[in-house]
Amino acid sequence: MARKALPILKHLLQSAETPLPSLHARSVTYMPRPGDGAPRPVTLIPGDGIGPLVTGAVEQVMEAMHAPLYFERYDVHGDMKKIPQVVLDSIKKNKVCIKGGLMTPVGGGVSSLNVQLRKELDLYASLVNCFNLPGLPTRHENVDIVVIRENTEGEYAGLEHEVVPGVVESLKVITKFCSERIAKYAFEYAYLNNRKKVTAVHKANIMKLADGLFLESCREVATKYPGIKYNEIIVDNCCMQLVSKPEQFDVMVTPNLYGNLVANTAAGIAGGTGVMPGGNVGADTAVFEQGASAGNVGHMKLVEQKKANPVALLLSSAMMLRHLQFPSFADRLETAVKRVISGGKYRTKDLGGESTTQEVVDAVIAALD
Amino acid sequence: MIMASQIMRRLLRSQQANSPARVSSLLLGRTFSTESNPIVATLFPGDGIGPEIAESVKQVFRAADVPIEWEEHYVGKEIDPRTQSFLTWESLESVRRNKVGLKGPMATPIGKGHRSLNLTLRKELNLYANVRPCYSLPGYKTRYDDVDLVTIRENTEGEYSGLEHQVVRGVVESIKIITRQASLRVAEYAFHYATAHGRARVSAIHKANIMQKTDGLFLKCCREVAEKYPEITYEEVVIDNCCMMLVKNPALFDVLVMPNLYGDIISDLCAGLIGGLGLTPSCNIGEGGIALAEAVHGSAPDIAGKNMANPTALLLSAVTMLRHLELHDKADRIQEAILKTIAEGKYRTGDLGGTSTTTEFTKAICDNL
Repeated sequence: MARKALPILKHLLQSAETPLPSLHARSVTYMPRPGDGAPRPVTLIPGDGIGPLVTGAVEQVMEAMHAPLYFERYDVHGDMKKIPQVVLDSIKKNKVCIKGGLMTPVGGGVSSLNVQLRKELDLYASLVNCFNLPGLPTRHENVDIVVIRENTEGEYAGLEHEVVPGVVESLKVITKFCSERIAKYAFEYAYLNNRKKVTAVHKANIMKLADGLFLESCREVATKYPGIKYNEIIVDNCCMQLVSKPEQFDVMVTPNLYGNLVANTAAGIAGGTGVMPGGNVGADTAVFEQGASAGNVGHMKLVEQKKANPVALLLSSAMMLRHLQFPSFADRLETAVKRVISGGKYRTKDLGGESTTQEVVDAVIAALD
Repeated sequence: MIMASQIMRRLLRSQQANSPARVSSLLLGRTFSTESNPIVATLFPGDGIGPEIAESVKQVFRAADVPIEWEEHYVGKEIDPRTQSFLTWESLESVRRNKVGLKGPMATPIGKGHRSLNLTLRKELNLYANVRPCYSLPGYKTRYDDVDLVTIRENTEGEYSGLEHQVVRGVVESIKIITRQASLRVAEYAFHYATAHGRARVSAIHKANIMQKTDGLFLKCCREVAEKYPEITYEEVVIDNCCMMLVKNPALFDVLVMPNLYGDIISDLCAGLIGGLGLTPSCNIGEGGIALAEAVHGSAPDIAGKNMANPTALLLSAVTMLRHLELHDKADRIQEAILKTIAEGKYRTGDLGGTSTTTEFTKAICDNL
């Protein structure tokens, strides 16, 4: 009896000791086409404020990984009147860009260059992925929300005028064309990424025609994806639910302004905008940047002390690597970043630590395998 | 300990606030009564659970010897042609005369040909500011323990002007209007409120980097008013930053003043931080010093008449009304009693996780006075 029991016991104990395949599992081999490994050019726009710090971090990590890409760097600053044509041409040629935040002077009469870039390249979908990072304590658990926001029209159409002195009008424009394509993108994203539910965020009880049109487009597209659940929620109720029960949301599709608020709220509950990746995508090009827009330029103290958080842009660059079809580099980068965060030693101020940007970058490079 | 310090802080604040009484009576256009002359206030019990919770309020006020006489009005069954809605002309005249009112939840009957009840009240009484004090209830645990802020929202214009039209098929425009007059009015009220209640800081929430003329005008008006109150710190926060900071660290904010749409979303977000609409007080301020306190939750027809409703929101709104009437000591007593009852945890209604009935809860509050 004992002789039979011993090997069974050994087997049981061994399987109990085997570590769960979490950070180290290798997925099935990705088979590239010949020539895919040739270095690809990517436009890099350092931006303002903390932008140069965090894009510098991305450059360092890419070099340490010997990733098959090289950066074409262009300097654009928030106080320029327009984006230089040479930058736009470069992005159209390379089809991929990574950028830091561009500062918009408040009330200065210059329209935001971030918005201009999105309109010029017709980057109609903005994506922010908000999720709990293991090891980072937050008030909310089980957060895994992707906010897909219409990026070109809505309240950000920029059509304002003064009717008479003291009365100003701003036009919010919603078109069926844009609403339909953002709804299609949201459902396609959910389908390709195995997401189960898409929620449309609106205020159609008050803005019946405008948000009503948006909802109509979403409903039409929803019928074409019967496997994905679709529901609608009013934006103020949505914010309330986000702070109390965020686990009920999966993919959210919103018009422009509500998307801004919802993305920043979701980023805030999941750990802060310093760690959430995201990007903007259109039919031809993709621009990757820090996910949610709050704090993407940072303030002077952060720049002086060099304590900006590079995690968001590093994770966005991992998204960019996947977009360029270099999945194993993306996996390695993400694993390294997650290891550093869960390790807890190298964290910048917004995560409760005291490290500088460079220390975090060095830790990520050291954690690469 | 934390609970006691929060209550102490609130008491100290309201005691400090007793000086600008003359300013406020000039601003509000009335002088307040003494013990011998009771104030008449209009009461709209509302639908669903409205009558039960209104009864609670009356009981608590009686037990606390508050010098208020209630004039009850109900929503009619037919449309009154003078007001184009189910609210009668007499009800509106009563509020105009008394200048103070308390409103329970009203369910707008579905149908066409009449204005919504809330819209009628707002337009007829010219209610230009919606004030929601949000503070964490000690003893009712949410993920946020240190919330203590007030949101003041412009209530008449902005994105909710209802001016929408279809330009061509598939293209809809919605007009957002900001006027100097309305912005000045709400900014004046915000600073007056801050002074009257001993608040140190007012933050204006905007998106003027994108909507430069409209939110720019709002900010200009806030700045003008801020200059008249040099003892109050004034700051401006972009709305996406504000959302993120609210969910990460709500203690950073004190009084928030904002245009209509942002106000709607932010005030509901703050309500979510402290436990939902069932616990949040709200008060609408109108021209000529009218104050209509209301409970913003729904009429909950499924629990109507079963003595299960939670009267906290209406009670706290009534307390806000008392503070508006400068009856600070009564307001403090009742507020303390409510907080104490919830903190003790012995009598809690169903939505807070307990099993008490409305009457038991009300009696516990009266005992705690």
